[in-house]
Amino acid sequence: MSTPTFDRDALLAAHPRAVTHVARGSLVALVSLVLVFTYLIYAVFAFDIPRLIATAEPQRAVLLVTDSVAHKVHVTKSLRRPEFEVAVEGERTATYTPDTYPAWVRADDDAETVDVDLGDGYVVHIVGDHVTLETPDDGTIDVQVIETGVTIGYSGEKPDWVREGMNVTTGHLVKFDARPTIDKRIQITRSKIEIHRYFTGWEHFFFPFNSPLHGLSAGEVAGLAVSEERLDPARSNAALIFETFWNNPEWQHGHIFKALLETVLMGVLGTFTAALVGLPLAFAAAHTFNRFGVIRFALRRLFDFLRGIDMLIWSLIFIRAFGLGPLTGALAIAFTDTGTLGKLFSEALENIDRKQIEGVSATGANRWQRYRYGVIPQILPVFVSQGLYYLESNMRSATVIGALGAGGIGLVLVETIRTSRDWENTLYIIILTILLVVAMDGLSSWLRRRLIRGG
Amino acid sequence: MTSLTFDPDQHAGIVALEQRRRLYSMLTIVVLVIILVAGYTQAESMNSGGFMKGMSQFFDYPGDVIEEAWAVGWAFWGIVWRFVPALVETLNIAATATILGGVFAAVFAFLSTRNLDVWPPLIPVSRRMMDIMRAFPELVLALFLIFVLGASSVPAVIAIAFHTVGALGKLFSEVNENIDRRPVEGLQAVGANWPKRMRFGVLPQVLPNYFSYFLLRFEINVRAAAILGYVGAGGLGAELLRTIGWGKGQETAALLLLLFASITIIDQVSGMIRRSLATGTLSGRRMMA
Repeated sequence: MSTPTFDRDALLAAHPRAVTHVARGSLVALVSLVLVFTYLIYAVFAFDIPRLIATAEPQRAVLLVTDSVAHKVHVTKSLRRPEFEVAVEGERTATYTPDTYPAWVRADDDAETVDVDLGDGYVVHIVGDHVTLETPDDGTIDVQVIETGVTIGYSGEKPDWVREGMNVTTGHLVKFDARPTIDKRIQITRSKIEIHRYFTGWEHFFFPFNSPLHGLSAGEVAGLAVSEERLDPARSNAALIFETFWNNPEWQHGHIFKALLETVLMGVLGTFTAALVGLPLAFAAAHTFNRFGVIRFALRRLFDFLRGIDMLIWSLIFIRAFGLGPLTGALAIAFTDTGTLGKLFSEALENIDRKQIEGVSATGANRWQRYRYGVIPQILPVFVSQGLYYLESNMRSATVIGALGAGGIGLVLVETIRTSRDWENTLYIIILTILLVVAMDGLSSWLRRRLIRGG
Repeated sequence: MTSLTFDPDQHAGIVALEQRRRLYSMLTIVVLVIILVAGYTQAESMNSGGFMKGMSQFFDYPGDVIEEAWAVGWAFWGIVWRFVPALVETLNIAATATILGGVFAAVFAFLSTRNLDVWPPLIPVSRRMMDIMRAFPELVLALFLIFVLGASSVPAVIAIAFHTVGALGKLFSEVNENIDRRPVEGLQAVGANWPKRMRFGVLPQVLPNYFSYFLLRFEINVRAAAILGYVGAGGLGAELLRTIGWGKGQETAALLLLLFASITIIDQVSGMIRRSLATGTLSGRRMMA
């Protein structure tokens, strides 16, 4: 078998149009690519990428990631007042009592001498206002708190994980800040000594620190739930366990659940309303079902208007008029998508097969029966599949509308990010939001398969 | 002419089927009505302002804004002109995100289609990746990136592009699945390698459809860019947040007019282009945000 050979000149002579056609196509492709590329270069400058790179704070991403999968315990000794505190995330409601200090903290009664074991060979000894930090590789570091700030002595080289803070006007050292590894931090100023030790995991996810259920294992909690002996005489144990979990002040499970419900309500109500209002309007806007051109024209423009106003503007108007809540979001979605779905349905109605209607009317069917058996079966698949597609997409829209101020999970998310204190809460909300969206996606594609195949 | 008669006994199977279908339809309608009634009742009780009160105030805000814009007179068009750069920024966000998203979507679509002779183990991997990108809400990614990169347009570009890869990738791969294999086989017969088979056998078939979906996605992304601006990503949305906060009705009116006009124009123009590109198989119906 001979391999085919390629002779450009022979080919050009035989099929001139084929060759020039391909050549012209390549040229168009090349020119388009150059245009797109030029546009992207323009965009780099329009968005001022160089400045952005200069001002970006990648350490925030690290902080966010570390903080969202870990929690820290603060050991704080005040040098102004005789105060010593061991608390989870430094929160007043999560303070250990002296007899329940974790094993790695040892303090005498008046907290004059304190030993904190930070793990990996890092140990902090506090005696009065003198701090000694033992390290595995960098010798010991001595910090003495004095009237003007601190003095620092190193037994070896100054490690690069220590930062010294200087008061620029007086030239005194005022701050010692050491972070030998990402899970340990020691900060010393004239007013206090603060030690952070990080632990993996979300703290107090189920029960708050100060509740009687804190620190119990899953088995113990299950045992309590069925036991007759009540922890709180006013309620059964199961109710107590649920309410303690639900009203957990730090994680606010109940509050977040309510926000998720609001978002679901917005998406579902908005889409259903749009589909049910859009369908009759679509009949009136399709030339196959409505002979009055004026009405058709007016409805088409109404659809364009509803779509053109866009969800952003509808949301702003409805937030003003209806305040915070799911009704606001539902109506904003309903208004926008009545336009979109109305347009889609009317196009589908204009493309239906007339023969089916003629067949039905040949059996002597009246107007209602013609619609029921000739039209509805043809557009039902479009109606269902479009409705479900928009349901999916509107779950995402509902989170965004919520963030604009309509409430729901979007607003909760924006608020926790703005306060940017507890990133683990943010991560929790993000995970729940994604789960919600994915679950709705799954539900809608399952329904679509069932309804369209089965119907 | 004899009229048709219908003997129920003779068609018991059909009658039973029809009755079952009617039952299902009734059930579906009842469930829908219950969801709507219960949902609106619940939504009404959770909302801070009630429905009736809200309805009576519905036209207050648009009315105020239009009134203030009217009071400015001809100078209003000067305000509109002043906000054109913000509009350009929003359009830039949408265009850049759609281009970047579209390029990656095309790559993913080629790697996830069975009939394009790609290495089979890649197919499920790239499909799952597109599913993840599609499911990820733009808002979440945008807020995260705004926190890390600072308030600018780039977080919005990345967030929208990320979602676009998933959304367009799925549509592109559906286009790929419906191609005619014969040109590819013809090219293979004359010894063309994989890139050449794709370039001359597949791309000419799919590009018009790709372009049509691309335009549709651009429309959707313009809207998304405006909204993300409102949560901190620049452009029209950011200006809108500022003017609403400061209570400058005429500026708000100018921004709303720009947004409405640009969305309507893009909508109509892209609709026209898509209709002229359209072949029988193509429609915007499968497109979703």
